[in-house]
Amino acid sequence: MLDSAFNILSYLGQGLWTTVSIFLAAALFSYIMAFVAGLTRMVKNPIIRGATAFYVEVFRGTSLIVQLFWLYYAVPILFDIQLGSNWIVGVIAIGLNYGAYMSEVVRTSILAVDKGQTEAAIALNLSPVQRMRHIILPQALRLMLPEFGNYSIQILKGTALVSLIGLTDILYYGDIYRSTNLSEGPMAYLMVLIMYFIIALPLIWMSKKGEKIARKGVAS
Amino acid sequence: MWSWETFIDAFPFIIKGINVTLGLTFTSYVLALAAGFIWLALESTPLRPFNFVIYWIREFIRSTPPIVQIFFLYFAWPMVPYIGTSFTPFIAAMIALGVHFSTYIAEVYRSGIESVDKGQWEASKALNFSRKDTWMKIVLPQALPPTIPMLGNYLIILFKEVPLAATIGVVGILSLGRTYGANTWSYIEPLTIVALLFLLLSYPSAVLIRKLEDKVNRRFDKKNTKVKVTE
Repeated sequence: MLDSAFNILSYLGQGLWTTVSIFLAAALFSYIMAFVAGLTRMVKNPIIRGATAFYVEVFRGTSLIVQLFWLYYAVPILFDIQLGSNWIVGVIAIGLNYGAYMSEVVRTSILAVDKGQTEAAIALNLSPVQRMRHIILPQALRLMLPEFGNYSIQILKGTALVSLIGLTDILYYGDIYRSTNLSEGPMAYLMVLIMYFIIALPLIWMSKKGEKIARKGVAS
Repeated sequence: MWSWETFIDAFPFIIKGINVTLGLTFTSYVLALAAGFIWLALESTPLRPFNFVIYWIREFIRSTPPIVQIFFLYFAWPMVPYIGTSFTPFIAAMIALGVHFSTYIAEVYRSGIESVDKGQWEASKALNFSRKDTWMKIVLPQALPPTIPMLGNYLIILFKEVPLAATIGVVGILSLGRTYGANTWSYIEPLTIVALLFLLLSYPSAVLIRKLEDKVNRRFDKKNTKVKVTE
């Protein structure tokens, strides 16, 4: 039994890089989207603010799997652009989806920084950019850490969907293995789950660590 | 390439799946609400190592992809020795999603219980309340109402995970949208309809929950009961 477990693990290993690379790219993309959308949602210009709100609400209001299929089928036809490989479609779908969720984290963390800080910065004659860059963001970043850790785990879980658009990730190889060795199905999926869990462990650790950092020195 | 004719033609076909989608949402939600209590009970036995094991099992279920769990239950569970039986797609998805979300719900319950002031426990002890009465009459009535917005949020999140069940053949709106696409070779309109339906149902609920959240926060005046809500 242990033998077959190792056997399956090495077989699933073929999909490891696809999962990890999509996870890293999608995580990076969603962090960027989170800051872009989170910050532009607070500007004065109503058109920019409205556009961002639209993006955030649409991606938060529909599900990732629907967005993934939509992008996969619709974007090449509708806008007549080829997004290159499915890898990019996966990264864009996951990145846009979680970017929308995380933009709310960015926004609420910035709003959570004490108002007195802004007032003091104004009193010290800092420009709005300086205010954000040197006073507000450093304090808000700390508050974002635990949530960013949590969402990173969500992103990892989201990457399992890319096997549905034909990418050869861990789940894809798990499915192949299961369909050729039916009796070993439970072991195959258990190993898939364990592999995801092992990748998630550092993320779990990071979000716990982030929680501690966020709490440090905060009176409440 | 967008055609309103296809849109109008596809709509009645896809809307037929809404019952299954909503049915799966609510049944797995009820399962998650019940199982959430079970996790908490299992994690607070006097047997420390047992609690520790349960904690990691919960963490394991929580941080692995629900789609793999659905596949596990549907494709692999029948092969499990002794206890394996085959489920219909609906039941498999219901159990998988219900158990997956119960791991989050348990966390919500815990935050609610922890938000009850320690003095309440002490007072009920001083008044000689039994263990059962302490829970039923003192702790839970204070612990549960503030968690309602969070529980509502998880209902919306669960609703958006339900289309995963399409992958094992539960005929909800996503399934029907893809079937329509496969039959007519036009995917954009049906998939847009699916997305619109999700948006139409989840956005107003989300707004409602945000209002409820404000109300609860004002009523209980406890900002610290608001815990993180992740999908």
